[in-house]
Amino acid sequence: MSILTILFYAIALLILAATAMAVTRRNMVHAVLYLVLSFFGTAMLFYLLGAPFLAALEIIIYAGAIMVLFLFMIMMLRLKKPPGMFFPAAQLLPAVLISAGFLVVSTALMGRTSAGWDAMAAAQADPTAFGIYLFQNHWLAVEIASMLLLVALVGAYLLGLRARRTTADPEEAS
Amino acid sequence: MIVPFNHVLIVSSLLFALGLFATLARRNLIMMLLGIEIMLNAGALAFVGASLNWRQMEGQAVVIFVLAIAATEVAVGLAAIVGIYRHGGSIDPAVAMTADREGGAA
Repeated sequence: MSILTILFYAIALLILAATAMAVTRRNMVHAVLYLVLSFFGTAMLFYLLGAPFLAALEIIIYAGAIMVLFLFMIMMLRLKKPPGMFFPAAQLLPAVLISAGFLVVSTALMGRTSAGWDAMAAAQADPTAFGIYLFQNHWLAVEIASMLLLVALVGAYLLGLRARRTTADPEEAS
Repeated sequence: MIVPFNHVLIVSSLLFALGLFATLARRNLIMMLLGIEIMLNAGALAFVGASLNWRQMEGQAVVIFVLAIAATEVAVGLAAIVGIYRHGGSIDPAVAMTADREGGAA
């Protein structure tokens, strides 16, 4: 049992605990902060599994950009506390059943073959080699992803524009 | 030597199940979107593990696209949530749906 193995299990436990805390918090700011912790842990797992470039991207994009966007949104909306039970029973039971069913199916799939139970040898994908690989084999997909991001930018702008117009002038919207 | 590939898959499926639970059980559009983020993240973790298991960079390339999809989904989703909130005054999915229906009828 090497130091990397111990690190993996410790970080995996940290991620699972942080995510479990996040999905059960009533206060959404706390939920987002727990998720930032979880994404930092995932970035460390990426590093352990040999993807240092993706670990950096995970911190910059997920923990940095996406979660801060969520925080902005939660602070902007100033939500009232919802009445009633936190988890309504009519929703909690099917949610637990479906999640547990998913877990059963995925572990059954893993147990079908004896492959995959030996420890993997550690390896590191060099960021330069990864960049060359990405742009040699997937350049079209990278271009499509950039187009998708542009479309999302325009779409988010249009949605925001329409939202502003309906609040400024309710007569026009109806 | 690190861990067996199946242990990575187990961590990833536990994370995915937590995201699924958050998406299904919370009555709050922002928390549902966060659940989708958790699920995307779990998928990315499985891809990175597979990339190490088979010594292929294909899995890591897919994670780049997962990140792009996640960023897109969050930008459009949060803009839509702001629209729903301004329209109906709530981000409870049930209330938002009824408000939308009444708004459409008027």
